[in-house]
Amino acid sequence: MSARSTAAAVRAGERSALSVVEEHLAAIDAHEDEIHAFNLVLADESLARAEELDRRIADGGDPGPLAGVPVALKDNLCTRGIDTTCGSRILEGWRPPYDATAVERLAEAGAVVIGKTNCDEFAMGSSTENSAFGPTLNPLDTSRVPGGSSGGSAAAVAAGFAPLALGSDTGGSIRQPAALCGTVGVKPTYGRVSRYGLVAFGSSLDQIGPFAATVEDAALLLEAIGGHDPRDSTSIPEASPDLLGVLGQGVEGLRIGIISELMGGPDRAASVEGIADDVRARVEQAAEALATAGATVEHASVPSTIYGLSAYYLIAPAEASSNLARFDGVRFGLRVDGDTAPEMNTATRTAGFGDEVKRRIMLGTYALSAGYYDAYYGRSQKVRTLIQRDFARAYETFDLLLSPTAPTTAFPVGERTDDPMMMYLADVCTIPSNLAGHPSMSVPFGTGDDGLPVGVQVLAPALDEATMFRAAAVLEGATP
Amino acid sequence: MSDQALIPGWEVVIGLEVHAELATVTKMFSSALNRFGGEPNTNIDPVSLGLPGSLPVLNEKAVELAIRVGLALECVIQPSVFSRKNYFYPDMPKDFQISQYDLPINGVGSLELPDGRRIGIERAHLEEDTGKSTHVGGGGRIHEAGHSLIDYNRSGVPLIEIVSAPDMRCAEDARAYVSELRAILVAIGASDGKMEEGSMRVDCNISVRREGTAGLGTRCEVKNINSLRSLGRAIEYEARRQVDLIESGDKVEQQTRHWNEDDGRTHKLRSKEEAYDYRYFPEPDLVPVEPSDEWIAEIRAALPMLPRERRRRLADAAGVEPSDTALTVERGMDDLAVDTIAAGADAARVLVHIANNLADGVGELTAAPFAALVAMETGGDLTAAQARSVLADLVASGGDPATHASTHGFEAMDTSELEALVDRFIAEHPDDWAGFVGGDDKERKKKAGFFVGQVMKATRGQADGRIVNELLARRSAEA
Amino acid sequence: MTSPENPRLSREDVAHVADLARLALTDDELDAFTGQLADVLDHAADLDALDLDDVPPMANPFPLVNVLRADEPGNDDVRAEVLAAAPSVEDGRFRVPPVLGEAP
Ligand SMILES: [Mg+2]
Ligand SMILES: [Zn+2]
Repeated sequence: MSARSTAAAVRAGERSALSVVEEHLAAIDAHEDEIHAFNLVLADESLARAEELDRRIADGGDPGPLAGVPVALKDNLCTRGIDTTCGSRILEGWRPPYDATAVERLAEAGAVVIGKTNCDEFAMGSSTENSAFGPTLNPLDTSRVPGGSSGGSAAAVAAGFAPLALGSDTGGSIRQPAALCGTVGVKPTYGRVSRYGLVAFGSSLDQIGPFAATVEDAALLLEAIGGHDPRDSTSIPEASPDLLGVLGQGVEGLRIGIISELMGGPDRAASVEGIADDVRARVEQAAEALATAGATVEHASVPSTIYGLSAYYLIAPAEASSNLARFDGVRFGLRVDGDTAPEMNTATRTAGFGDEVKRRIMLGTYALSAGYYDAYYGRSQKVRTLIQRDFARAYETFDLLLSPTAPTTAFPVGERTDDPMMMYLADVCTIPSNLAGHPSMSVPFGTGDDGLPVGVQVLAPALDEATMFRAAAVLEGATP
Repeated sequence: MSDQALIPGWEVVIGLEVHAELATVTKMFSSALNRFGGEPNTNIDPVSLGLPGSLPVLNEKAVELAIRVGLALECVIQPSVFSRKNYFYPDMPKDFQISQYDLPINGVGSLELPDGRRIGIERAHLEEDTGKSTHVGGGGRIHEAGHSLIDYNRSGVPLIEIVSAPDMRCAEDARAYVSELRAILVAIGASDGKMEEGSMRVDCNISVRREGTAGLGTRCEVKNINSLRSLGRAIEYEARRQVDLIESGDKVEQQTRHWNEDDGRTHKLRSKEEAYDYRYFPEPDLVPVEPSDEWIAEIRAALPMLPRERRRRLADAAGVEPSDTALTVERGMDDLAVDTIAAGADAARVLVHIANNLADGVGELTAAPFAALVAMETGGDLTAAQARSVLADLVASGGDPATHASTHGFEAMDTSELEALVDRFIAEHPDDWAGFVGGDDKERKKKAGFFVGQVMKATRGQADGRIVNELLARRSAEA
Repeated sequence: MTSPENPRLSREDVAHVADLARLALTDDELDAFTGQLADVLDHAADLDALDLDDVPPMANPFPLVNVLRADEPGNDDVRAEVLAAAPSVEDGRFRVPPVLGEAP
């Protein structure tokens, strides 16, 4: 049952919120052990919340468009009085004194927070193997990773633990795990969803977005959490877009371009490497489906996207190195003592952070340090301008663009943990939209040769989530 | 200001960095209160503690006050960007400071000293303040403390950092600059300017060079200067230290130094090589500030008159040089002075009264009775001493000077009475009179003093010395 | 500061940034991280070919200016919660080992 129909039934008094929550808690009970989607399941809290919602409905109230729908939250979203770990030892046991804006909006929409999902530590990773609390496994094949960093949220939706989940996407951390777990995953326009209460990784790239089993449910969730927030200076001053209203409009007359540089293959010299043949075949098939539905589909060129990965792995670590300085043992979270304050800082951070976080902090510190700033951070921010310009040029011709979400289907657990560069390549197709600040989403479209899901990425210009969702809905209907 | 060099043969070159807390209600990036003192950690919120997930949102009033400062210092007001200055320190909650770096809101400008000289301003930018550390044990000394306690009440308070050009040449220049800057900040409502509460803090860049040479010597930055007095002492100590180094064949090393009030010396904190790598980069959680021309014009229109304009206005009214009005303006009595002069009072007398007799404030004194008092005085109805007493009455209780004068029994003395006295003393002291009539200027002055003294004694100070002098002159001409 | 084995990044560079970032590394970690970070920088060498002289850097992907807040007190009192959860507190203040030096 979709989130939208569940909410409708709950609001109409046809189903109790309590029964909805109980059903999902039962699913968690049955399979969470094998998957480890959650760092924390809020069983008592979600039951109490469901009862409260049911009472309100009995009293004639309407809790809102997500009435009674369980939502799983990535564990880097602040929840008042509830553990928020970011998958890190350094925040183990920390309970924020406030809710993230997105979490507040979920509450206003009548949703039930069912748990906090596992993720790569501070959202740094593409497999959810970098969590201090152990890896999350792919519900479709537990020998495979679920992708990351929002792997717990993707797995929770894929496993039926919650119809909806929130993740954060800095370089693909919603779309890539959505692709690997066969769910829908959306990275909205930068600034569409408030970042207030999202523990920052790369501030100029981070966006909160939905996971759902269907395009319609993803639209429902994004409508609920989007819109201006005065607590985030980078929040777009516009209201949340109407998405549910446009889903049925189809793609007749739309011009859609397949990004050549993100398709790989032997005949494409100026392309990123590593795009698997089975993935490419699915994207081409998806393009045909859109053409069949009335869109004009052609190859498009966004040349500088091939530099995205390099720029991203300097910018995101640079911002992270600064964002993560505050984890110093002084005010909150872990403290490992030392004889002096600097020694305490060092002991705390050395014990509290895992290797990937240390790696990125050092990389980012280096990219910003005296004498290297211009060569690394400064240059990378210029590459962003190039990428944004190239997209702007492409969008003169096309309404939407298309690419693979991830180069491959879900890879085996442990395959890339010793080779960071290899792991980073998993984000090669998703990074460009983060750098440009544009919306993009992953829609499941058939499977690869191994029978595991393939995600197709739909990209749109800034603010045009509506057109993006129209194409996503068509792809969903045409999935092989 | 001073004509002779602090150290003969050497010129001292001084530039100042002044941090002033802006007089907002709330902090720079959050709605916690900007309030001095109080229980530790009461004016805090997720932003001023740098809690994970918190985000800064810029206070409009802080920007407005910064623009006021920029306008008052005749700076270029320009589009600006905030950056992060990264360093670990426990009183810095995010372990970076949000500050303006390469794109400050106020670019070059200048400050006019009361004597009319101009000190260049390089920039005046916005940044956030840190919390406060208290060092416990070891007598509160940082190097011997057993542990430290952090209060974040001050964390995130808006600061403006005003950086001068290296245009000052002696301690007096530096003190005059800081006093004038403080007067400006207070006048425009940007800051309370209280150095003793730390809402205004001064760092000082000092270098020395041989007199007559151009180019700048290697400078040292002196921190921890907490009063105008320490500023002068620190400059004098540090300049001498640098000259001594050079004269003994050593070199000045570029350093950051700490002024120690107790031993009256500066101490090395770190060398240039040990300079921290702050890794500045644009603050991604904030967007650029681009004040519109309309907003700037609105702020300019609402600016009160600045100290330099007030000095000039009073100087014009009084027919004196602006530098002669500095004290009156500093005491905030320039409106009174201008109004009193406009009511017909003798300007010189008005300024003298303000300088000598109103150090403790104007109390109930207003322009009309002040002018009436000065008129009585210059008209010969009151002596200088009597006028001083009546002025004190006007300060204490207001009212009319004539009434106060008669209460004291200060009736204007008939000149015939004074004439009789003068004639009597001329007759009684023929030698002194001869000295007055026939002596040189010096002798004449001395003898005049003698006769005035005699008359004063006889009238118990009630006579007007000016009139006695006139009578003496008249008799001498007749002789 | 670069070493012959990797022209982009030396072991000393990594030790220096670890120090700046308040991280302590063992010798083995230092070796491993040096290699891994060098790999990333090697990959980033593809940017060297780009002519970026006339390209402005991008800081915020969505162009906004003058996002300002009214100077009004809010209601985010977190004192009790924050102090209760802090690693060490004394007299309402956060207690830390001796700082031993001025802020840089
Ligand atoms: Mg400074
Ligand atoms: Zn400063």
